[in-house]
Amino acid sequence: MNNRLKVLRAENDLTQAQLAEALGVSRQTINAIEKGKFDPSLPLAFKAARLFKLPIESIFQDQ
Amino acid sequence: MKDSNTDDWQCETKKKTKHLAYWTFAWVLTTALASFGPKLMWDSNSLYSLLAIALNVIVGIFMVLANIKQMKSLDELQQKIQLDAMGISLGSTLVLGIGYSLLDTSNVISGDAEISHLIIIMGLSYLAALILGQARYR
Repeated sequence: MNNRLKVLRAENDLTQAQLAEALGVSRQTINAIEKGKFDPSLPLAFKAARLFKLPIESIFQDQ
Repeated sequence: MKDSNTDDWQCETKKKTKHLAYWTFAWVLTTALASFGPKLMWDSNSLYSLLAIALNVIVGIFMVLANIKQMKSLDELQQKIQLDAMGISLGSTLVLGIGYSLLDTSNVISGDAEISHLIIIMGLSYLAALILGQARYR
């Protein structure tokens, strides 16, 4: 699964640690998602969508 | 930007990890009591041995419950790393344990297959899988 998390994080001037704290996960998880090593659960994806005020499919795209 | 309902999950994880450490330590102590008590403390009295073993099992159950709570307090990637490590540990213990047992029953090795060796395999494979899992998602 592709995602725009890194771009959105940069646009919102957030560090990985800040985004991790906002989403209630570890920085390692954010890093793994950004690198495409780990696909987030649906609840976490929705949480990210709420945080960035974007539709979920504009952040995460099926390959 | 902060989601308020996920604030202190790291504090919660630390708390649950401490609880798990306390219960694990208590279980190790009760295991030592049940193992060495009959010889060193109560001269193999069956009633005391039974009580010590019962205490060991009860504390063990609380340790397992603390382990479950600690796992639930982890975030989803950490849970996946733990789950993968448990799968590898369970699989390798089963396969190597059966192989080891067959070596014993077919008299290929001298001496008896010991359960402690199985626990060592389980612990080492779990530890190795955890380290590999952490490295994989770093």
